[in-house]
Amino acid sequence: MKKVFGRPESLTEVPFTYCPGCHHGIAHRLVAEVLDEFGVRERTIGVCPVGCSVFAYLFFNCDMICAAHGRAPATATGIKRARPDSVVFTYQGDGDLASIGTAEIVHAANRGENITVIFINNAIYGMTGGQMAPTSLVGQVTQTSPYGRDPETMGYPIKMAEMLSTLKRAVYISRVALNKPANIIKAKKSIKKAFQVQLDKKGFSMVEILSTCPTNWGLSPIEASKWLEENMIPYYPLGEFRTPEEVA
Amino acid sequence: MGEKILMKGNEAIGEAAIRAGCRFYFGYPITPQSELTAYMAKKLLKMKDAAFIQAESEIAAINMVYGAASTGARAMTSSSSPGISLKQEGISYIACSEIPCVVVNMQRGGPGLGDIQPSQGDYFQATKGGGHGDYHLIVLAPSSVQELVDLTMDAFDLADKYTNPAMILGDGLLGQMMEAVEFKEKPKVDLPDKSGWALTGCKGREHRYIVSFDLDPNVLEKWNIKIFEKYKELKEKEVKYEAVNVENADLVIVAYGIVARIAKTTVQNAKKEGINIGLIRPITLFPFPDKVIAETAEKVKKFLTVEMSMGQMVEDVKLAVNGKAEVNFYGRAGGIIPSPEEILKEVKKIFIRV
Repeated sequence: MKKVFGRPESLTEVPFTYCPGCHHGIAHRLVAEVLDEFGVRERTIGVCPVGCSVFAYLFFNCDMICAAHGRAPATATGIKRARPDSVVFTYQGDGDLASIGTAEIVHAANRGENITVIFINNAIYGMTGGQMAPTSLVGQVTQTSPYGRDPETMGYPIKMAEMLSTLKRAVYISRVALNKPANIIKAKKSIKKAFQVQLDKKGFSMVEILSTCPTNWGLSPIEASKWLEENMIPYYPLGEFRTPEEVA
Repeated sequence: MGEKILMKGNEAIGEAAIRAGCRFYFGYPITPQSELTAYMAKKLLKMKDAAFIQAESEIAAINMVYGAASTGARAMTSSSSPGISLKQEGISYIACSEIPCVVVNMQRGGPGLGDIQPSQGDYFQATKGGGHGDYHLIVLAPSSVQELVDLTMDAFDLADKYTNPAMILGDGLLGQMMEAVEFKEKPKVDLPDKSGWALTGCKGREHRYIVSFDLDPNVLEKWNIKIFEKYKELKEKEVKYEAVNVENADLVIVAYGIVARIAKTTVQNAKKEGINIGLIRPITLFPFPDKVIAETAEKVKKFLTVEMSMGQMVEDVKLAVNGKAEVNFYGRAGGIIPSPEEILKEVKKIFIRV
């Protein structure tokens, strides 16, 4: 019988710890499929963050390191500089990348570190129990914005993809979503492009992935995907913000 | 004998690190250690298979060290007091992950932004852990530019041997002064192979990971115990100190780093006045030379700890003396350097009091 579907080699057999309907599992799988397709698993070193995906070192079947909260781009920088032939990626959430780790992501992008960043934006802090993220939407109710995010005192949600696109050495920047199959297919293409940029030694690449957090949004998985479509995508437009062609 | 070169302390550390095989340096400018960062830029940016990055922050710098060192490479960062405070979280992660690296602290006056004069106010931070959780650094305290060189080289070996971060605890005076130094060929040390833990890609083996994290308290306690086994071994094997005129002394000064050097002059000057005092200079601050201090306290009944702080190492001296002798303290803070004369005055006060 012909095998039509299986676990990518770049994923271990450890079951995911993610909640039902959470998009982390899909994102992990897409990254793993891309590593498999490029045949680079054995020379890949991944950097996982602090947050829900802190356990990614158990799930990715490549060498991994767990960085301090927000510091994954700095740790990845050290790895890549010491081993330029390794494929290095970070996997970070919105609190990690867009709040506590803003300095690290901006400067890794500005230096054009030849790494790939997978940025999961689900507009909330998941691991700590649903606090406001820098990417939480205006009016969004969270544990720490119980009356809704008020831009007058809490600012507007940060658009990281757009912000980093102003940097010359950020060569590939895109935003994708995982709320429906068509978007998942596009997301994989984008992740593949991002890793291609790294393999071609062109510089910094990042894919921002709009994802759900049904548990902390207080929605069912289906409702969550719908909420993402209706609320997140209008504010966070999908697409490519920087491409190597544009840079060259 | 090799060639002697006149070098500034901070630059001598850089040269020693490069000669010790360090090819990855990540740092952020801060007085009084910026010459070290500049030296590494000048050298490493011209070298193959090497990297120098002026990081966006001290925090980023230590986490770059974490990354580079995790691949098995020799990596280093340096700073001065406020910058070292910023690195503490990263150092705690590195210690828990058991990754070797070298951190240099050329101390300046504190607390807060303090000033840019030499100080020894970071002794507690350096020797007791510094960041969160139970861990120690291997802490070496040079007292001359030559020792900055020798101990920097030792620091890399010790870090590798014990898979633990090592710190050079100097001060702004040592960093800024120029002295003749010799870069001696170091005898080859047998160091453990890094291939059992370094992240190199999983070709031909199972994937592996470096983390400082486990939600199971039973596992985490085991890690703590394992790390402290290394500290036990360090205490048994790696203690270094210098003892001057301790036999038959009526009082022993305990001082480290540049203060010990000043106190040596006090010992000599005292002799001329017929006052018989000795000096114990800890070279390793962790592991602390408590055994020699304890043994000395059996014979000598007066100690004077001198520091450029309000009294930090004196606590370890008291623990070592364990009530067997009188422990006095003299300290200058805020970046003031004590003179040999003022130390001698303190010694005389102790004798008059009795």
